[in-house]
Amino acid sequence: MSKRIVIHEEHCIGCRLCEVHCLVQHSSSKDIVKAYGGERSHLMPRLTVEEDGPVSFALQCRQCEEPSCVEACVSGAMHRDPLTGTVVCDEDVCVGCWMCIMVCPAGAIQQNLLGTRIASKCDLCYGAELPACVANCPNEALTFEVVDEKGAAS
Amino acid sequence: MALSLATASFCIERDPARCIACQVCVRQCANDVHFYDADDDVVRSRDLTCVGCHRCVTLCPTQALSVRQNPLEFRPHANWAPAILRNIYKQAETGGMLLTGMGDDQPQRIYWDHMVLNASQVTNPSIDPVREPMELKTYLGSKPERLEITEDGEGATLRTEITPQLELDIPIMFSAMSYGSISFNACESLARAATEAGTYYNTGEGGLHPALYQYGPNTIAQVASGRFGVHLDYLNAAAALEIKIGQGAKPGIGGHLPGEKVTLDISRTRMIPQGTDALSPAPHHDIYSIEDLRQLIYAIKEATHYQKPVSVKVAAVHNIAPIASGIVRAGADIVAIDGLRGGTGAAPTMVRNNVGIPIELAIAAVDARLRAEGVRHRASLVAAGSMRCSADVVKAIALGADAVYIATSALVAMGCHLCQHCYTGKCNWGIATQDPYLTKRLNPNIGARRLGNLLRAWALEIKEMMGGMGINSIESLRGNRDHLRGIGLNAVELDALGIKAAGM
Repeated sequence: MSKRIVIHEEHCIGCRLCEVHCLVQHSSSKDIVKAYGGERSHLMPRLTVEEDGPVSFALQCRQCEEPSCVEACVSGAMHRDPLTGTVVCDEDVCVGCWMCIMVCPAGAIQQNLLGTRIASKCDLCYGAELPACVANCPNEALTFEVVDEKGAAS
Repeated sequence: MALSLATASFCIERDPARCIACQVCVRQCANDVHFYDADDDVVRSRDLTCVGCHRCVTLCPTQALSVRQNPLEFRPHANWAPAILRNIYKQAETGGMLLTGMGDDQPQRIYWDHMVLNASQVTNPSIDPVREPMELKTYLGSKPERLEITEDGEGATLRTEITPQLELDIPIMFSAMSYGSISFNACESLARAATEAGTYYNTGEGGLHPALYQYGPNTIAQVASGRFGVHLDYLNAAAALEIKIGQGAKPGIGGHLPGEKVTLDISRTRMIPQGTDALSPAPHHDIYSIEDLRQLIYAIKEATHYQKPVSVKVAAVHNIAPIASGIVRAGADIVAIDGLRGGTGAAPTMVRNNVGIPIELAIAAVDARLRAEGVRHRASLVAAGSMRCSADVVKAIALGADAVYIATSALVAMGCHLCQHCYTGKCNWGIATQDPYLTKRLNPNIGARRLGNLLRAWALEIKEMMGGMGINSIESLRGNRDHLRGIGLNAVELDALGIKAAGM
């Protein structure tokens, strides 16, 4: 069974450190000051902290069993990685048609217009033991667990 | 509006080379110290409202922040210290009492730091706690005058009826902190940690939230002067009941939970209208003597069918020894004494810093008095009021306590940084607050884990120190003042503590 990011809304404090560390993880330098310095122009976090009053949670790709985004993708950029089973977007192939954004039931894909038009989504920090958002959440509001079909942590 | 004479207590130092303007500090500060300047795309700070809680410093992902004491200096004056001047400026502006939180912060003598422990050398062996059993099990409650045992062919039978006892795996309990003074998540953390560690936590005068009834077997439920949240189910749910007469941080005055903190959940738990101030009277209006106290103790014992030990908690004040003697004679199974440095969620600064006596002297006086009167066995003695480390616990037990209550140490384990602003309700660590934005910051899974770790670590250290003294059971340490020596204390202080000077 593959692991998923489990959201614990009751523990999310809305600090947005997950967004910061997501951005750093997907920078080429992996250095927080450099990522927010010279590299900042084309980087954006691949997850979003949704907030409404005191309720907040970090939303990232839910890694659907049957991903609509893959089905809708016109260029074949959105695909399930054969090695890890993670749904990822091949940014070299993506044409920025935003069909994936239209069909994503979780609203977890964003437009990245900072460089070339690409769909920006969580890749579970491709191959990492622990995604950066989970590793750096100060309140354990995100965990990385094996989940069942309904999305409940086992 | 007239000019305020207030100056900042702290200065925020932000390293611009490190700050990435991620605004985590902006989002985390409930005192609005940090703010984002969109025009210049930088984060700036207003020092004036910083309380020095370090929340921003701890969460800053680039370690760009530091908080220093404001270097602003007054002309030196041995009598008129800066803190005194600032207090007067504040009061001249507000006309109100000075309020504060946590325990006494004045440099009164801390006797723990003037006592040293013994260790075995040559003439008696020390014990290695890793290789040999070391017993920390403690029973709190009244012990019988003597044990009657009959023996027949099949073995011995205990004939004496033992009154109810609390069984502690470690002689450390979490002291009274009410739901209201601290958040639900903090209460849940304490309850879960106490349950996992085989000890007890105390509800304070906040009642018991329905979700915490499951931890009842590890709960001491308090009955205080406001009687908030006291009903039969509450009494029956707990393992023991505690009558709160006084609190070390504010002897002689009652608690005050401002109406803003009385949320729907708290109003239900305390059984008071939502949004109203929860004022605990200074005295219990039905207790004006030891005889009256006896009536309440026995009323509670009757209500709970003599199944639960009853504790009486008092602040350490002058004449604490005869007061404790009276409490024991009134029928209390446990006497809890809270010293000068004990904490609070809110107290008048003058009371916190000037009323009461240090717990070290109180334990020594009470234990000696109860022994001299031959009633020491009739009640267990619990010491509270700033146990900062396991060595303080060992010294408290060697002075005569059966167990200790910790609260400030427990809060620190959950993240408290002693900023002493609990009374504002803006605790950035999610502990002393009811603000839904802030209470989420304490994840009870993390809180319970950290508290459990603290108890485990202290238990290991206590065993190590006991082993060094050649003691393998905490019972042999209790009141064993031969293992204590005083350093830098005068003859009167040594006499009050009942210990010899180092070198003797």
